[in-house]
Amino acid sequence: MQEIIQYLFSGITTGAIYAVIAVGLSMLYSSTELINFAHGEFVMLGAMAIVTLWVHMALPLPLAFAGAVALGCCMGLLFERLAIRTARTPQPIVLVIITVGASIFLRGVAMIVWGKDPFSVPAFSRHDSIEIAGAALLPQSIWIVGAAVLLAGGIHFFLKKTLTGKAMVACAVNKKAAWLTGIPSEKMGILAFAVSTGSGAVAGIFIAPITMSSYDMGTMLGLKGFCAAMIGGLGSLWGAFAGGILLGVLESLGAGLISSGLKDAIAFILLLLILYICPGGLFSAKEAKRF
Amino acid sequence: MDDNKKKQWTENTIFLVVILGCGLGVDNTYYLQIMTFIGINTLLALGLNMLMGYAGQVSLGHAAFYGIGAYTTAILSGTYGISPWAALVCAVSCAVFIAFVVGLPTLKLSGYYLGMGTLGFGMIVNILFREWSTVTGGSSGFVGIPMLEAGPVSFMSGRNYFFLVWMVVLVAVLLCRRILSSRMGRALRSIHDGENASLAVGVNTHFLKLQIFMFSAALGAVAGFLYAHFVMFISPESFGFMVSVKMVTMVVIGGMASVWGALLGASLLTLLPEVLHGFAEYEMIIFGLILMVVMIFMPQGLTRGLLDIYEHSRKRDKRHGN
Amino acid sequence: MVTDSVKAFSKQSLGSCDIECPKDITRSHDILNVRNLTKMFGGVTAQDDISFSIEPGIVCGLIGPNGAGKTTLFNMITGIYRPDSGQVLFNGRPTRKMAVHQLVRAGIARTFQHVELFGSMTLLENVLVGMHVRTKSGFWGAVTRMPWVMREERRAREKAMDLLEFTGLTQYAHRPAGDLPVGRQKMAEIARALASEPKLLLLDEPAAGLNPVETEALGKLIQRVKERAVTMMLVEHDMSLAMGISDKVIVLDRGKKLAEGSPREVQNNQAVMEAYLGRG
Repeated sequence: MQEIIQYLFSGITTGAIYAVIAVGLSMLYSSTELINFAHGEFVMLGAMAIVTLWVHMALPLPLAFAGAVALGCCMGLLFERLAIRTARTPQPIVLVIITVGASIFLRGVAMIVWGKDPFSVPAFSRHDSIEIAGAALLPQSIWIVGAAVLLAGGIHFFLKKTLTGKAMVACAVNKKAAWLTGIPSEKMGILAFAVSTGSGAVAGIFIAPITMSSYDMGTMLGLKGFCAAMIGGLGSLWGAFAGGILLGVLESLGAGLISSGLKDAIAFILLLLILYICPGGLFSAKEAKRF
Repeated sequence: MDDNKKKQWTENTIFLVVILGCGLGVDNTYYLQIMTFIGINTLLALGLNMLMGYAGQVSLGHAAFYGIGAYTTAILSGTYGISPWAALVCAVSCAVFIAFVVGLPTLKLSGYYLGMGTLGFGMIVNILFREWSTVTGGSSGFVGIPMLEAGPVSFMSGRNYFFLVWMVVLVAVLLCRRILSSRMGRALRSIHDGENASLAVGVNTHFLKLQIFMFSAALGAVAGFLYAHFVMFISPESFGFMVSVKMVTMVVIGGMASVWGALLGASLLTLLPEVLHGFAEYEMIIFGLILMVVMIFMPQGLTRGLLDIYEHSRKRDKRHGN
Repeated sequence: MVTDSVKAFSKQSLGSCDIECPKDITRSHDILNVRNLTKMFGGVTAQDDISFSIEPGIVCGLIGPNGAGKTTLFNMITGIYRPDSGQVLFNGRPTRKMAVHQLVRAGIARTFQHVELFGSMTLLENVLVGMHVRTKSGFWGAVTRMPWVMREERRAREKAMDLLEFTGLTQYAHRPAGDLPVGRQKMAEIARALASEPKLLLLDEPAAGLNPVETEALGKLIQRVKERAVTMMLVEHDMSLAMGISDKVIVLDRGKKLAEGSPREVQNNQAVMEAYLGRG
């Protein structure tokens, strides 16, 4: 019992990270209909930036945090301007390969800037772990889950309640119609990118203290983020969030109770099951095209 | 019609002559080795090109079939001592069977969903290679794959292996050509041009996609077989997600829906890392940049892109001349 | 010879089948029976309890204002959509369980409202794909190129060229279909549909985008197709074409069948006039 609670704690913690990654991906998809295969690299950038700014340069944590997020946003902006917007034929397959290229590129840059060795980052607060029902709950976990909820809530509020956010959704539904009503659809695309990559960086910042950070950490995290987004239903924010938590918990339970070797496979088995059984995702009514 | 046939004959002859020339003319073992790898990658690209370029279905997990081919032959001939040629038959049948089972539900998906489905499949297979260590040797790899022999001919020498691989490529090219010019090939291309219309004229699109998925899996398995017996050591990394991506890139960069494009793409993606070895640290940056730049400016692939530029400049020259 | 008898027969039966044709009587000689067909999209009823039948050999016009559900009806007859209730009988057999390609093999072909040729393939290849259900060779045939495969291929090509000649497109045979002018593409779609040797051909707005000369040529083509004993249904907004060529007209409005009968009967029908003019 105690073990299971412990697995649950760690599952929810990693799940929250997946949730943040999935929310970023999902948000970008719902406003630009694009899947960014380089998303995991922005998570990596966030983690590496906090290593440099907080650990090495010893800046105060809030400042380092803001710096890392700003870096994520700026790189996202650059990426959108230089690589996505310039594409001659923006077909999905072409865009996917461009983002794959970007992911390799960013990993290469990170390898030169930070080297190949992994870094560790201390926990954000130096409190002792809390004991609940015999299982230890790390303060970092609370940080992570809190941040994930805040971030998803913020993006939800932005998309549903603010004019800019609504305009962004309108662009995704019908770009031309949105443009005709006077929405600057191009600016919306950039904004969506910046918010999405910024949220990726946030995920990276929070994951840094609970794992080792290195230049190649992004790919797997990005892929797991996809799985989470798909499980919840592509384009649905809370679906992505729930998908992330679910994935984290199942992974942690699977690794603990069955075999740690199969941990990585769980995400993908889940993904296939979802695609075969309800391709629209668990939490979305929209049906995927299966024609 | 006849012009087309003549053109194909000349193309095939030139291809054969180039293979013979390279095989007999090049003595450097390193170069022979690189060219052999190009051949293996061309096989992979050819198979995927049939699926992506002609049928218009993306697969982000095709390295799985490459790996299934390699591991099946490695286990059967390495662990159990079965003749590699019998192992080849098993490897291909195994890949085709798995492609059938996986393709049945997966190929009903489309767009990003198909991409994610194939990606998931590829990842699961790769994790299996890594974790099933009693059989596959785990992440440290599989050692002790025997070399190929056919009667008195040993494929130990680089030159013999080079010819073996490229003869297989030649056969594969001919096979693809035959399929494409047949009833099946036409139906396949019609899916790419418009799946709804294709369905409406009576093409059983799902079955056809499944068939071509199985065919490309078979080519992948053959490539895996050749790879395993060539390097005689395999590890899960050679069949991971990045390899799947590389395969897609070969097809796209070379130009989809073109048999020679597959050759070009495979050559470029094999040579590039070798050339970039000199840049050591910058290899990934340059590779990523090239991928992005080609896709941004020549989305139809280098073959078509370069032809376009050539034709464009010739037109401009003409105008200047006038 | 066969055609003549079919024609005479269909004229006879036309008289008996007017607006009050009882739904539950199945006459085995009807090529198509549509019974109580209903289809909803979300909350919108696209088809509401539609019933009619088509006798072999006739041309049946399907008219109605935009959004009346004509294309939806086509999509249900061809098996692309499944009806929520009701059924479609083709040659007396229910089609509910048949896949689209099986229906094509059984003899239902169609053209599209917006041309959907295979743009990168030549016109000849387009027609050859249309012949898909009437040819057999598959993967092994393609790979081995057995004599029977080559024979089949040669025969298919000859037949395809015949069809192109029939539709007046011979000169474009080796051009990519996407490069043809719109008028020719419309004709090419008919050629491709005919390649599957249909018994029932559904034409979705064949005259849309055609100029008057092309429309006239289309009318003549439809007449010649009819002489080949192919039953046709056509959705058409060009009234002079639809009324001139149809033996029978069905009027749909907002998913409901408004009227059915000879062109003359329909033109004088009060409800039809209201649907077209009253609300204008």
